[in-house]
Amino acid sequence: MNKTEILNLNIGPQHPSTHGVLRLYVSLDGEYIKDVKPVIGYLHRGMEKLAESRTYAQYLPMVDRVDYLSGFFYSALMCYAVERAARIEVPEYAEYLRLITMELNRIASHVLWLGTFLLDLGATSPLFYCFREREDILKLLENLTGQRMMYNYYFFGGVRYDVPDGWFDDVKRLCEKLPFMFDEYEKIITSNPIFLDRTKGIGVLRKETAVEYAISGANLRASGVKFDVRKDMPYGVYDEINFDVPSDVDGDCYARYMIRLKEMRESVRIILQGLKNIKDTEAGKIYFTKVNPLTLKVPEGDLHVCVEAPRGAAMIYLKSEGGGKPTRIKWRTPSFNAVQVMPEVMRGVLYADLIAILGSFDIVLPEVDR
Amino acid sequence: MFDIYVSIFEYFSIPRVFIIMSWCVVVFCFCAALLIGSVLALVLWERKLLGYFTVRLGPNRVGPWGVLQTTADAIKLLFKEDIINSGADRLLFSLAPVIFFVPVMAVYSLMPFNQWLIGVESSVGLYLFFAVLSVSVVGILFAGWSSDNKYSLLGAVRAVSQVISYEVPLLLSVCGVVLLCGSMNPLVIAESQSGGVFHWNIIVGFVSCLIFFVCMLAELNRCPFDLPEAESELVSGYNTEYSGMKFALFFLAEYSLLFILSCLFVVLFLGGYTSIFGNYVSFWVFSEESFWGQFFVFFEQIFWMFAKVFFVIFMVIWIRATFPRMKMNSLIFFCWKFLFPISVVNLLLLALFGYFAG
Repeated sequence: MNKTEILNLNIGPQHPSTHGVLRLYVSLDGEYIKDVKPVIGYLHRGMEKLAESRTYAQYLPMVDRVDYLSGFFYSALMCYAVERAARIEVPEYAEYLRLITMELNRIASHVLWLGTFLLDLGATSPLFYCFREREDILKLLENLTGQRMMYNYYFFGGVRYDVPDGWFDDVKRLCEKLPFMFDEYEKIITSNPIFLDRTKGIGVLRKETAVEYAISGANLRASGVKFDVRKDMPYGVYDEINFDVPSDVDGDCYARYMIRLKEMRESVRIILQGLKNIKDTEAGKIYFTKVNPLTLKVPEGDLHVCVEAPRGAAMIYLKSEGGGKPTRIKWRTPSFNAVQVMPEVMRGVLYADLIAILGSFDIVLPEVDR
Repeated sequence: MFDIYVSIFEYFSIPRVFIIMSWCVVVFCFCAALLIGSVLALVLWERKLLGYFTVRLGPNRVGPWGVLQTTADAIKLLFKEDIINSGADRLLFSLAPVIFFVPVMAVYSLMPFNQWLIGVESSVGLYLFFAVLSVSVVGILFAGWSSDNKYSLLGAVRAVSQVISYEVPLLLSVCGVVLLCGSMNPLVIAESQSGGVFHWNIIVGFVSCLIFFVCMLAELNRCPFDLPEAESELVSGYNTEYSGMKFALFFLAEYSLLFILSCLFVVLFLGGYTSIFGNYVSFWVFSEESFWGQFFVFFEQIFWMFAKVFFVIFMVIWIRATFPRMKMNSLIFFCWKFLFPISVVNLLLLALFGYFAG
């Protein structure tokens, strides 16, 4: 009888497919995973503590960096929290601008996820095609905000700038083009036998486990819980928009892939509706309520706000003692929970599946560590 | 070619032993030059094609159309520091790239690039080809084991199990061709398919052809069977710890293996150096016996050979640009539960075909 030994392998913090600086401490039995221990904290920047020594307006540009792939959502959280606490009205035009930009950002984030997920599976080409579409979106956002990723576009009471000439037409043109691009992805990926072999039935996240670990977003919906913050606790103008929440019951990598693809299509639908509705509000073109950043004070009390970020339900908890600076800010980020559930999902799978599962959860490390 | 060489030297009445010894040097130089040249062309071909497949331009900075890019990369690799990590087994670590590289270079001499251009003509050429080539997997195992790196070890174990498994259906599919042509001599196999597309082995041995192509991808560790060097899983597989010239040897060996196996594919199934039309274009212009006819056919055969080889390589790169990577267990299942039975049945059918069709 041969004696075999468990191979302990450190994946990361520097590794091509940990999507940042995640470290996975893996015990391998041949090609099979015995156990996984995720080690986080390599990208901790003290986002929450830094808030306590800054005024709200000073802190706002930093929150884009919580998740560099979907900056709009975190600055929206911050804005919504302060606006609700300080009772600042936001013009409807600005709300629609936020809706459009957030959904564009969601598509950009999902498209990038698609490319990197397939790269994890070993397909190199889709990444470039995904980046092509992402580039179109980023160009639009750059046109609007002057930035490609760290937008710093929302401000308490509205947005910082009005749209440049012809911007809405460009968005409309892009939104009409995007579904064909998604068809193109589906054509080459969805029915590929190797892709199906790599994703179907792999990394099954059961409904109960998902709920216990407070997984949210596409990962949760793929496990059979139809929960979407946009639908269940609407914020902004989402209650005026008609859209579906795609869900699946399988909870495997394939389900997560399909959910994200469907979500991108829904996002296109939302943007097109937003573009239609914004025409009615455009008359006044009031895109902000004037707020003086120097004298902005938030009354005493605490509250939390939740939005549906691309990776799931993101939440901010804001506590104020009445001054110009927050007493405590706590971010609840969806990737943090997704990293914690990984050992449950990964035990007993092949090493190659581990990478596929890691990719399918769409984690972003700055968001985990803050 | 050997006959011409001998006759030149015998004209000067040089002893035969010197002729044979110097012939080895000639073959070596020929193989080395061809290997370097083919790899230089191949890497550029691959990068350009991958560029076009992925909405990019590919290399276009060094030289016109980027033709000098590979040369520049090779020079860069030559000047890189040669690092041996402290835990490595120094002897095996240095030996591994050589063991991997030498068999690949050796089999270049067994390949007919046209009717005359073959280093060593042997009646058991095919047998020799695979016998020599199977040594190179030892180099991979050495590299993975001696690197003192867990990724390398995993990559090497994957590579060895994959290459050894896929060698079985590969050889069975080659057996089919040998049965069809009645020879193991690559020259005879190529010659037996002359007379245009409809005489190629791909027509009768279509299943063999497919099996060979799939197994070839697995032998080459190319996508979708690139598990040994799966960069998203194993960083770079068995050559993770290698740098400088040692890495360049691995790189060179991999690409020259791609080239030479594509050549073998062409010889076995696509008629080798023979024209895709019934007759050579040179013979339409000049008569078959004239000097110029023979002169031009020499180059025309090389042209056909390389055109077919680069077409096969194009297919390989196309597959790389399209498919995701397979998993280890489905890879082995695919080999033993699907390819192996099919290739046995296919061999049987080809044998029956050969028996009844004469």
